[in-house]
Amino acid sequence: MTTAPIKVLVAKPGLDGHDRGAKVVAAALRDAGMEVVYGGLHQTPEAVVEMALQEDVDVVGLSILSGAHMTLFLEVRRLLDGAGLASVLLTGGGIIPAADAEQLGGSGVGKLFGPGTTLGELAAYIEAEVGRRRAAGERT
Amino acid sequence: MSLAERSDPRFAEAHRELAPRLGVARRIGVTGPPGAGKSSLVEELLLRWRAAGKRLGVVAVDPSSPFSGGALLADRVRMSRLALDSGVFIRSMATRGMFGGLARATDDLADVLDAYGCDLVLLETVGVGQSEIDVARSTDLTVVVLHPGGGDTLQAMKAGLMEAADLYLVNKADLPGAERVAAELADMLDMRAEGATRPPVLLASATRGDGLDQAVATLDRLLAESEASGRLLARRSANAERRVRRLVDAHLTREAWGTAAGLDDALKRSLASDPAISPHALAEQLVRLYGAGRKESS
Ligand SMILES: Nc1nc2c(ncn2[C@@H]2O[C@H](COP(=O)(O)OP(=O)(O)OP(=O)(O)O)[C@@H](O)[C@H]2O)c(=O)[nH]1
Ligand SMILES: [Mg+2]
Repeated sequence: MTTAPIKVLVAKPGLDGHDRGAKVVAAALRDAGMEVVYGGLHQTPEAVVEMALQEDVDVVGLSILSGAHMTLFLEVRRLLDGAGLASVLLTGGGIIPAADAEQLGGSGVGKLFGPGTTLGELAAYIEAEVGRRRAAGERT
Repeated sequence: MSLAERSDPRFAEAHRELAPRLGVARRIGVTGPPGAGKSSLVEELLLRWRAAGKRLGVVAVDPSSPFSGGALLADRVRMSRLALDSGVFIRSMATRGMFGGLARATDDLADVLDAYGCDLVLLETVGVGQSEIDVARSTDLTVVVLHPGGGDTLQAMKAGLMEAADLYLVNKADLPGAERVAAELADMLDMRAEGATRPPVLLASATRGDGLDQAVATLDRLLAESEASGRLLARRSANAERRVRRLVDAHLTREAWGTAAGLDDALKRSLASDPAISPHALAEQLVRLYGAGRKESS
């Protein structure tokens, strides 16, 4: 079997501003060979999870700048798990203090990427993490 | 659905269980040049059919990048008003440079949505190449979306979009030039039809919501007429024939180039020993080799 390309949902939940960051991330992951479903702005956690379910993605990437990252990441994680999507990697970026990222990491949220990181690091992280989950048989 | 999207051989088995429940959903292909407003129109159409209580499915295809193999699937972002509607299921997929395989995967995905209880399944593809247009035509009805920014109607003719449609929607009617496109198109279709009935041409604006009630009414009418006249069944049987042919083609190709048949080996060996060999002569040799191998194994 040839391995399927990694499928990622990129969305920007919350009420703040523009989606330039999310679009840049979506394009970068596409250039890294991934199939990126662009979910757009202002999505509620429920809508994000419904999209992840319908699209059967390997990864959900959220771009959050509003400071509401704690609630949003935890809520999306909780709803993903409830929808049978516990094996889906939840990652993302924004302006997220290290202590918060660490706390989220303890709650099943993957690595989060701040303004200092490159898009290459994000793509490499996703590849490694999905590769690991596929090898472990958690995902096909 | 993921088995279908990947054309996984295990899907054939799963499909047997779907088979008894298939054929209920009406399938509508939506194609047209990039950026014509296909996704925006699909959302508007879906909202109207939802109000009429229909259960809906969408398969939306966007191109894979020939460079990275990745894809940006951005159709559903135009359908965000349906994000939380449990009566609508939207699945995005990439073309993955699949020769003929695109049609296979979209047919299979549409089958899953049909079996899942959808009344209507819409299939959005980009009308750039013949294979994408074929996908949109492997349906009960095909809508071609054009727009005033899409160049002249000659370009649409060149792309093969002028033979494909049961209904033309000229979108962006809020912009100048849409009426001219619609008039030119109607003239051309009249000439081609030579007095016989030809596909309707409707003006619409997805952003303003204009012309969409009429579009839905026309699509419902065309589907009902096609069913009543027997054309729906005839089209389905022609589609089924093409689909089986494609599956057989794929099977034979896989078998012929598999290691057991030895063609791949023979090809490389022949070219290495005689780089100037006529490609036609070598191809004939290989076909004979394949035929001989089949006789032996049967
Ligand atoms: N002025 C105007 N713009 C429109 C209309 N419908 C869609 N658009 C705009 O046209 C652009 C493309 O719309 P889409 O619905 O994504 O078009 P599409 O045909 O699905 O595009 P692809 O899937 O990329 O080929 C967007 O910027 C829309 O906002 C319309 O009726 N009028
Ligand atoms: Mg589209």
